[in-house]
Amino acid sequence: MQGDAVLTMRGICKQFPGTKALNNVDFTLRRGEIHALMGENGAGKSTLIKVLTGVHEKDGGSIHVDGIEGEAHIHSPQDAQNAGISTVYQEITLCPNLTVAENMYIGRTEGALVHWKDYEKKAAEILNNLGIPARPRQELASCSLAVQQMVAIARAVDMNCKVLILDEPTSSLDEKEVEMLFGLMRDLKKRGVGIIFVTHFLEQVYAVSDRITVLRNGELVGEYLASELPQVELVARMMGKDLNDMTELEQLGKKSAPGDEVVYAAEGLSSSDSKAFSFRIRKGEVNGFTGLLGSGRSESVRAIFGADRVTGGSVQMHGKKVKITKPHDAMKNGIGYLPEDRKRDGIIADLSVRDNIILALQVMRGFFHPMRRSEMEAFADEYIKALNIKTASKDTPVGSLSGGNQQKVILARWLLTHPDYLILDEPTRGIDVGTKLEIQKLVLKLAEENMSVTFISSEIEEMLRTCSRLIVMRDRNIVGELTGNELTQAQVMKTIAGGEQQ
Amino acid sequence: MSNTKRKSGLGQLLIPLVALGILLLFNLIRDPGFYSIGIAVNNSGNKVLTGNVISIIDSASELAIIAMGMTLVTAACGGQDISVGAVGTIAGSIFVQTLKACSAINIGTVLLAILACCAVAILFKAFNGVLVAVFRIQPMIATLILYSCGRSIAYWIVGSATPQIDSPIISAMGMTIPGVPVPTPIFGVVLVGLILTVIFKFTNLRLYTESVGVNQGAARLNGINPIAIKLLSFVILGMCVAAAGVIGTCRMGQVSHKTLLIDIEMDAILAVAIGGNNLGGGRFKISGSILGAYIIQMLTTTLLAMRVDPVNIKAYKAVVIIIIVMAGSPVVKAKLAQLWQRIRPETASAAIGKGVN
Repeated sequence: MQGDAVLTMRGICKQFPGTKALNNVDFTLRRGEIHALMGENGAGKSTLIKVLTGVHEKDGGSIHVDGIEGEAHIHSPQDAQNAGISTVYQEITLCPNLTVAENMYIGRTEGALVHWKDYEKKAAEILNNLGIPARPRQELASCSLAVQQMVAIARAVDMNCKVLILDEPTSSLDEKEVEMLFGLMRDLKKRGVGIIFVTHFLEQVYAVSDRITVLRNGELVGEYLASELPQVELVARMMGKDLNDMTELEQLGKKSAPGDEVVYAAEGLSSSDSKAFSFRIRKGEVNGFTGLLGSGRSESVRAIFGADRVTGGSVQMHGKKVKITKPHDAMKNGIGYLPEDRKRDGIIADLSVRDNIILALQVMRGFFHPMRRSEMEAFADEYIKALNIKTASKDTPVGSLSGGNQQKVILARWLLTHPDYLILDEPTRGIDVGTKLEIQKLVLKLAEENMSVTFISSEIEEMLRTCSRLIVMRDRNIVGELTGNELTQAQVMKTIAGGEQQ
Repeated sequence: MSNTKRKSGLGQLLIPLVALGILLLFNLIRDPGFYSIGIAVNNSGNKVLTGNVISIIDSASELAIIAMGMTLVTAACGGQDISVGAVGTIAGSIFVQTLKACSAINIGTVLLAILACCAVAILFKAFNGVLVAVFRIQPMIATLILYSCGRSIAYWIVGSATPQIDSPIISAMGMTIPGVPVPTPIFGVVLVGLILTVIFKFTNLRLYTESVGVNQGAARLNGINPIAIKLLSFVILGMCVAAAGVIGTCRMGQVSHKTLLIDIEMDAILAVAIGGNNLGGGRFKISGSILGAYIIQMLTTTLLAMRVDPVNIKAYKAVVIIIIVMAGSPVVKAKLAQLWQRIRPETASAAIGKGVN
């Protein structure tokens, strides 16, 4: 661990219109270490990475890279690459329709004539060396996401990188694939590569990292040895407060008890994307749909909201039969829906925070009843404050906010419509710990105020903490319903795996 | 905070305003008499205002009206309608044929003819709209159909001729109303502009259109019907096209399927672009497009005043337009912003200082 530094960043400053993204941040990466870069959304992790990779120009500070005399001048991603800094992004940036070997060498072949045979041989060697289960002539799209991720890493490694940046590499991988990736990371570490690991998953940080650097609000909180920083401490450092919040949440979770009135009931509801299912939720109840990815949990709630083409079944709201075939019907009946894919289905990126907040309420009021400007401003102010949304102004395009704040804007949009029944599909995905907790607390508070909430999350602990009833799905069917004492991680797993009918 | 607000308000109009300013200045230096406005007596014995400025604003009327509608279609559909000239000619033909069918030309029959051509133009635009919104065909391809056959349809409507209409009402609509020194088409632009302003004021058209243009999937999940909004944008464009067709026909006193509103589709798209609107859809500013229309007309008039051969005008226009469009491009904008920071380092450092506090 006492290896010398391959990368030293000192006093890095970066200013964006309206926000100071980085303020005098130091970061040191040593040879052969895995260094986790942690912080909430908007803490400055991405900005620091982008300064390092030449996507953004820094306003102040210096960067030194091992092997380069004096200060390293990084003004473009190409400069970064030449300095030995490689990045593998969250979204895979390779070409899925080319082969593995082509992806590894595209853009860096020499001469006009390319002898792909030679490159394929070289690629095979590297893949073999790193233990990556892919064949050079295989089309990249036919590999699993994890292997694609690893091919991207292999490409970076072959470019003789000294610094490898992995930006949220595990967010779309399952547990086995994550383990595979960690194996590769440990292997690279042994070869002396310095790895910067950016992730939201706390357990993963401790599984591989040697050191942890924490940022908060664009400032350096500190650099720690992973072995000397307990997980609770890390969360506290990231949030800048202690963890009373966590215990508070657990108490809250036990307090809420649903009422008796059934708010929403569906019988044999089916859509173009989901099989027929029956479901009901009571006033003030928080329930969850759980199951593996592709089990039909998202499709089911989309059917409830009328987001997909509804093909059958009957629906009652407050005991009265209603027809919900399109989102507008659902909204008129008091249902709100925060979609799974925030970027694709949630935010309207170019529009202002204000327009994004008032959108659903405005649509419910109707085409011919626009709000007064003053009313919009008041609503926007109210919810920016209530949900603590960090934005330069109400006029800022929502797309320029950090992920967590974008999610809060969509939450604000639906809370403003005062729904009886709110569906939240993965509201905490890709969001920092602090905002996650805020959202969970909010859900419990809403339930206390008699709103019914369906909460979907890939993280089971989160659902166990907030939901009083869990509906378990497998292969597009409801295979179980858990309440009370059955709400344990083990029981959920068992139900997902075994499908015990209740 | 107030700073960013002001920027977002004027930012989009900055380039077209500067372009217009340069053109105005250029003409002032070239010929100070360029802006002189006089009063003359025209053929029908009316006192009318004359001068280059009046002529520019007058002749840009059809373009400005169509550019307004084009802005909406662009914003909602992320594409452009290239059949506006052709459908405008169809509208003009319907206008003339309706008047011919009526026994006399009076206010009543003219209103009837306007209604008829409005209905037909809307119908044709709705056809485009259905192709784009329902069948999700690329706007340029969908409107290519009427672009290529629209003028033939117009020719067929008028019975393979170039019918003339002669009436004091028609010349009042196309030129000037007796006693009013300002050319009537200018009032046409004001009227269409006012109607759109009222629509924006009393409906959610702007919010819905921008939402659909930016992210139609998300718009749908918020209860907006993207198909309806896209169709609506084409219907409004249809009304604009009908208005432009009527003005153009009245101005000439005849319908010529070969020359009426010729090449206006490209100028209209250009006006939208010069106005700083994103041709890929989303947020829009109609005032920008109107400004764009006047810039294009100003350019033509300036070149004519400089005695450039009309055949060559298009080439000169192209050069100037390339400069304007490039000045508005994201790359040049970023460079200009950098340059600005270098020239005024104290404002930049002041901003950073504020951030620290």
